[in-house]
Formats: sequence, C-alpha cells, structure tokens
Amino acid sequence: MTESIRVEHVSKDFTLRYHRTFKQMTVAMLKGQEVSDRFTAVDDVSFSVEQGESIGLMGLNGSGKSTLLKMINGVMRPDRGRVLTRGRIAGLIATGAGFHPQLTGRENIYLNAAVMGLTQKETDRIFDDVVEFADIGRFLDTPVSTYSSGMNARLGFSVAVHIDSDIFLADEVLAVGDKPFKRKCLERMEEIRQSGRTIFYVSHAAASVKKMCDRVLVLEKGKLAFDGDVDDGIKYLKYGDDDENAPDEFDGLENDDAELGADI
Amino acid sequence: MTDMGTATPDAPEVQERTIRVVDAPLAPPSDNLGLLSVFRRRYLLRLLVRREIQARYANSVMGLFWSYINPMSQFFIYWFVMGHIMGAHKGIPNYPVHVFSGMIVVHFFTETFGSGTRSIVRNKSLVNRLALPKEMFPVSAMLVSLYHVLPASFILLIACLASGWVPDLGTVFGILLGLGIIMFLGTALALIFSVANVFFRDFGSAVGIMSNFVRFGVPMIYSFEQIHTKFGHWADYYMLNPIANAVLLFQRAFWVQTTKYPHWTIKHKMPEHLWIDGLVALGASMVVLVIAQLIFNRFENRIPERL
Repeated sequence: MTESIRVEHVSKDFTLRYHRTFKQMTVAMLKGQEVSDRFTAVDDVSFSVEQGESIGLMGLNGSGKSTLLKMINGVMRPDRGRVLTRGRIAGLIATGAGFHPQLTGRENIYLNAAVMGLTQKETDRIFDDVVEFADIGRFLDTPVSTYSSGMNARLGFSVAVHIDSDIFLADEVLAVGDKPFKRKCLERMEEIRQSGRTIFYVSHAAASVKKMCDRVLVLEKGKLAFDGDVDDGIKYLKYGDDDENAPDEFDGLENDDAELGADI
Repeated sequence: MTDMGTATPDAPEVQERTIRVVDAPLAPPSDNLGLLSVFRRRYLLRLLVRREIQARYANSVMGLFWSYINPMSQFFIYWFVMGHIMGAHKGIPNYPVHVFSGMIVVHFFTETFGSGTRSIVRNKSLVNRLALPKEMFPVSAMLVSLYHVLPASFILLIACLASGWVPDLGTVFGILLGLGIIMFLGTALALIFSVANVFFRDFGSAVGIMSNFVRFGVPMIYSFEQIHTKFGHWADYYMLNPIANAVLLFQRAFWVQTTKYPHWTIKHKMPEHLWIDGLVALGASMVVLVIAQLIFNRFENRIPERL
C-alpha cells in the first residue's frame, strides 16, 4: 500500500477584517476596538490516506471542510504543518469548477484540463467523452456565463472525472444537478473508486457517503473530531437521529434524495 | 482492499478493487517555484494569453482592429496638438516618428502595469478553485501587452518607411534592449501590484495616476535634448528611469534612422552612453523582478482567502 495523501499537523488561519476603509479603521483604533481578528479554520489536523481509499469528509457548515480540501488540492497552503500528495489531482472545489465566464465551454474544457496538467493532445483524446457526459448540447460553443448552474456543474464534473488522476476530490458535487445526472455521477464515482483512485468526498448526505466511502473523517470547528468507520462516523454526527434524515435508517429503502445528497 | 458498501442495496456484488500504482513522489500539491513554474507550464500560459486576447475583443464587431485605431488616434492627437498647435515640429525633426516610437514603449509599459495589477482579482474564479502558479496572471498580462505592440509597430513601420528610414544594427539592438527592459520591469511591477491589489483595491486606482507620470516622465512628446539643455548634468538622474532608457532605445532604433544625418543626431540629440545606460537599466529591471518575486512569495499565501 502506498500513501496517497499525508496531512501533518496542518493549520490554516484566516484574518477577519471588521473595517474596510482607512477612516473606519482609524476611528476603530482610536476607540480601542479590534481592527482585525484571526480565526483558525483548520486546526492541527493530521491523517494519512492510502492509495485507493475513498474518504468521506463530513462536518457542519463552517467546520473547515472546504479549506482542508483547498489545501489538499493546492489552492491554499497551510500556515503550519504540511500537506503531501502523490500523483495528479483532479476534482471540484465547491460547485462549478474554475471556469472563465467569458470563454466558451469548449475553451474552458481545454483550460481546465491544462491547469490539471494535461497537454493539448491528452485533452483532445478525452474531449468527446467529456462533452457527451456533460450533455450540454449546442451550448458547448457559447460562453459559460450563459450556462445554468446545473450545466456549469455538469461540465465541471465531467472534466474532472475524465482526467486520469490519481486523486479525485469532490466537494458537494451532487448538490446541484437533476436526478438523472446525479445518478450518472454516482455511477461514475463508483467506477473511479473501482479503478483504484483515491477519492476525497465532501458531503452532508449520509447515505451517499455510506455508499461511496470506506472511511469517514469528521471536522468540528476545524479540528479532526472523528476518523474511522463510516457507520460510526455518521453516528458520531448524529445525522441518523434527525427526523429529516429518517430515510437513512431504512437502508433497504430507495430514497433518492437522501442517497444522492440534495442539500448544499 | 474490499468493498465496504454493505449498506448499498443495489450493489451487484462485492468486487475486488484495482490496485493503482502511482509512479510519483509524495510532494506538496502546490508548486512553489514562482516564475520558473510559469515557464515550465508554457502550454497553460499560452492558453491564458490566447484567452485574454480573445476575451478582450469578445462581442466586438471590429475586433482586433481596435488595437490599430487606438494608437492611431493617439498618434494623431500628439501630432496635431503638440506638433502643429504647440509647434513641436520646429524643434524636433520628424516629430511624429519621435512621438510614436516612444509611445509604443510607454503603451507597452502602462498596459502591462495596468492589466497586470488587475490580473489576479479579475481571475478570482480560477485562483480560488484551481491550483496554478499565481504568477501566471501577471505574466500573461505582460505577454498580452507585448502582443499589442505588434499592431502599433506596424503603423510605426509604415510611418518610418514613408520618411526615409534606413535601419542599421543599432535598430535591432535598440528594439531588443528596449523591449527587454519593459518586459522585466513591467512584469516586476505587475507582480507586486497584482498581489497588493488583492489586499487593497486602492492600488488598482493608483496605477492609473502612476501611468500618467510615466507618460510625461519620458522623452516622448519632448526630446531628450530639451531635458539636457534645461537641466545640464541633472539629466543623468533623468536617465535613472529605465522606461526613459527604453524610450530612447526605441528612438535610436526608429526615429534617429529617419533623420537626415543619423550620426549627427546620435551625437547631439541622444544621451552619451545610450548603450551602457540601456544595459544597466536592463540589469536593474532584472534585479527588481527578483525582488518582486520575493515580495510576491511573501504575500501569495493569503491571496485565496482575500479574494
């Protein structure tokens, strides 16, 4: 087994600024108020992921999931500690991948693939599959700003899954998009999982985490509160106790929304 | 590893997963080589530059033609107002070419500076979600501006040929050295200001004012000779401005060669140590670029959270 992701004592601070203009800042300073404050979004988190594992990252809103994901993806760097990854990373950070609104879908596919390290030839090879999976039809050659949020997410997801990456990150991928597409996504994620790629999946939907993941990490106010078995992790979050998530308890029952993750 | 999906009712069977062998070392996901990683990823840089050029003329009927009209109109204003009304034609032979060869350099610089400063903020959708060297954006802003030098040069070339231009070896060196100075200096300032603009948008507004100073701080609408006669040896300090050097190098390349006796013009209208000054300015710009990279590294980590 090779290590795929290693996170060592990683912390990330954010600076909060209460006042925007120089005048406001001066007034606040004279009054002896705080001008800025720091808070720790991710606080001394350590874990290690083996190649081929699929991890469900859970936690309440604001618990630092996206920040952690951004550090694994390389968008952000930790203030303390270090993140190490092996191989190519692809995936979605928050819904709607990094698209340039003025460029067409076609151009954005090439740009996105290039950012993830593909050459033009490699992109040419996957291009048709990407377009077919995203199913955006004749919108392919119109600017991405004209896309609906669902189309945007579909195209982003499609690019990410077709890139032959070693690590696949997915942040609330299934939050937008209609039922047929969600189902298609889940199938595709299952394929990715079977191909031995490491999956890092952020979701609130307990059922889809149960379906997809071997292991759950739970973040609580930036700290790693739980690391272990999927069922225990979900129990830890007490998701199962809530009335609205009741269908989760009937695993045999086909409940699409709970399974696919309807929440953002 | 076995499938743990016991909770999945529709899973066909528990299957053995493929073991994927990744032939790569464990490494930090964000590469921290600064400008070096920009040039390592030239394909991505090319896409960004092309995208920038296309985006600028998107939804425009005249398209790239605007980049010919813009310098042409400015050229005309300087030529008419400064040349005819203010009478600069009398003092400076072949005044339009004098202005225009300077204007190309000034434009290249102010455009790099301006669009470079805004580049990271403008691309926040990418910066926030994709892991790419952030130096990519100021550098591509510089390259887009360099691309826009072409249409203006084309107009200059026509003006030069119409006024009996005879290029020499100094033309080639003047162009290369002049462009080199602006490329390094422009990228350096774009790097510093692009990151500063993320923290305080005030920098974006300040750039416009600074560009104004640049326009009048170089021997474009007036000649170096005028500076020299007015300020004497203080003109040496004037030459500390690398952009003024670049402008003079371009004038050496184009304007000087259109005058009646180029050798006489070089001797009497150009600075004494034009080439040495130019090389020093190039070296200084490179040093500034290194400093800019260090400043950029210092603040780069905070960019995504402040966008």
